[in-house]
Amino acid sequence: MSTSSQPPSRRSFGRLIAGGAAGAATMALGACAPGGRTPASGTPLRIMAINHVWSQAVRRRLGEFEDLVGRRVSMSLLTADQLASSYNVKLNASGTDVDVMMVRALQEQGLFAHNDWLADLTDRVRNDADFAWDDFQDAPREASVTAGRVLSVPVVTERPVLYYRKDLAEDLGGVPGTLDELEAASREAADRSRGVFGFVGRGQRAGAVSQWSSFLYSHGGDFVVDGASGIGSPQALAAYEYYGRLLGRTGPPGATNMSLEQAMPVFAQGKAAFYVDADAIYSSFLDPAVTTPAVREAVGFAPFPAGPAGARPHNIPSWSLGINKFSLLRDDAWRFIRWAAGVERSRELQSEGIPGARTSVWEDPETLRKFPPELAEAMRVNASRGIGHDRPRVLQVGRARDIVGRPLVAAVLGQDVGPVARDAHAEFGEFLVRDNRHKES
Amino acid sequence: MSAAGLTSAPAGGERRTPRRPTGRRSAVTFEQANRRLRWAMLSPALLFVGAMIVFPLVFTADLSLTNAFGAVNAAKDHIGPTNFTDALADTRRFWPALGRTVVFTVGAVLLEAVLGLALAMLLRRPFRGMRWVRTVLIIPLLATPVAVGILWLLILDPTNGIANHLLTSVGLPPQEFLGSVGQSLPTLVLIDVWQWTPMMTLLLLAGLTTLPEEPEEAALVDGAGAWQRFRYVTLPMLLPTLATALVLRAVDALKTFDLLYATKGPGGGSDFEVETLNVYAYGLTFDYQEYGLAAAVLVLFTLFIIGVVVLLRRRGGGRNA
Repeated sequence: MSTSSQPPSRRSFGRLIAGGAAGAATMALGACAPGGRTPASGTPLRIMAINHVWSQAVRRRLGEFEDLVGRRVSMSLLTADQLASSYNVKLNASGTDVDVMMVRALQEQGLFAHNDWLADLTDRVRNDADFAWDDFQDAPREASVTAGRVLSVPVVTERPVLYYRKDLAEDLGGVPGTLDELEAASREAADRSRGVFGFVGRGQRAGAVSQWSSFLYSHGGDFVVDGASGIGSPQALAAYEYYGRLLGRTGPPGATNMSLEQAMPVFAQGKAAFYVDADAIYSSFLDPAVTTPAVREAVGFAPFPAGPAGARPHNIPSWSLGINKFSLLRDDAWRFIRWAAGVERSRELQSEGIPGARTSVWEDPETLRKFPPELAEAMRVNASRGIGHDRPRVLQVGRARDIVGRPLVAAVLGQDVGPVARDAHAEFGEFLVRDNRHKES
Repeated sequence: MSAAGLTSAPAGGERRTPRRPTGRRSAVTFEQANRRLRWAMLSPALLFVGAMIVFPLVFTADLSLTNAFGAVNAAKDHIGPTNFTDALADTRRFWPALGRTVVFTVGAVLLEAVLGLALAMLLRRPFRGMRWVRTVLIIPLLATPVAVGILWLLILDPTNGIANHLLTSVGLPPQEFLGSVGQSLPTLVLIDVWQWTPMMTLLLLAGLTTLPEEPEEAALVDGAGAWQRFRYVTLPMLLPTLATALVLRAVDALKTFDLLYATKGPGGGSDFEVETLNVYAYGLTFDYQEYGLAAAVLVLFTLFIIGVVVLLRRRGGGRNA
């Protein structure tokens, strides 16, 4: 038998495997290593954005920017989850294939800043008089700053609004001005046996937290009080129980599986009398492809109702623009942000019904003409009362929302909220300690 | 001449230097060249295995021993087996997730095996329209799990879905299905059964067609009934195929992620009701950015899958013997 047909020995096979793995590791690490590279000519400016009316409106105008900058622009539109996962994968590999990043300042910015993934825009915004950084509303502008550095520029803002059916509200004593009135009217309107619900809203553990925040603030609570967990306070407990009664007893079945995508169609199909969600989605209820004619004709808009601590809705920058720290086209990326979030473009987009973050634009009545008058007034009122966050301001926002949302789910399911809230309070307290440790590391 | 013959001592104890046969140098050169060629031919596959399997496994195992948080390439310390002890001490998420993984896998695979075997027995004998039936049967297999999840999400929507419309139209109470904490896992098991029973059927059908007919005919002559022929003749002969099908489906079901995530979202629902180990590890990675802990959970999950496969193979092998 010829020796040439013998299989490789175990030792040589192991050496080859180890060599291959080492080679692969070297190649992978080499590919990840940043620094010293210049973009190839013709490299497009790459923008990753949420699939949102703002992004769609900007994409229609990209030709104008391409002429201005002399470079091709590629814009990818993704869902929020896809966007977050893409950033996670690309930036963990120090990827240069994204230049402008659409981010949620309150969700991702803290962590991205901790990871050093966002370019510092402080000098750019402050040294550019035409950009008028001070023109941005206080709450969105403050949310753009992490550890004293401006890391993003807000482009879309959002507040909760009470959507209601005018035809039903008339018989229920008018538009609810308080949370108690909302609950009473919802109870009266609800008739599950006929498939009619008094109230619909988000009920998913983490997804509901942002909308529930306005109920929490209006009961006098907050997620974090004096650096410690605030979700075990009597105010938070009252807010949990209130929302549980409202959605659990007068809402549709399966409410704990509902986020925006599930709750909105229930109202759009005329099956609920009241709905609290972001004002940015109002156009869905005027869209014949989404909403029944009866709802389109009868939909009304009202400011967030007052709770025991008054009406305290959130007013937040839902979407902002930042620059990838590893981008090779940072100057052009800034030119895009300057173009897209400048006074002129903000005025133009808000005039199309997309609420922005600039004070001067909000003060111009012309920019509100596209909005239904009742909605414009509700937005103005909510903005004036607004609180600048709708979720805990921590590094690990995802984990924080999961903890805070647990008692919310228990409340909607009709369980005893007290023990769950106490358990979540303790867990959130421990979480805050760990999160602070991460911040300091 | 053999190599042994070249070096053996001659008779009479006289040692002589063996004469190198003509062509020896060229033969060695050929062997060396052949060996090099062998490695050259193997190297692309080995490089692929190294880059795509060995490196990620080693990297994950190493990551599981660190406190990596936020970014994988950020500074991190090796903290020993802390992540493993943390995961194993986590009664809030890890152990319930492992329990759901087992329940989902066992429930889905057992139902698929029973239904798949029944369908395979029905389709075993040729009949009119057999090709059509087989074509229709594999349709669920062709859809991606995400599309299947969204399809069933729409059908089972408690408020606007057609399932409750049908139930109420025949006087039955509406159900919450995927909107319910209690009904979600059983519903997802049934969706998995709907999609993957055809694969089990095809595998078992392939096994049935290879079985000899004589033993069954002999049993028939001996007066065995249909059930007795199935129970004592067909099933024992089919066991090797059944064991292989069970291993393949069990490993696949253990790793199910897309269907669960598409229907229930991050964390496996509001009460973590369908959070399996896969969903949990994904959440730790992409929602919490706790890479060290996520890697530890994945290592434990991999060991668990290997354990299940070894167990099933041993049991299958024992029966075969």
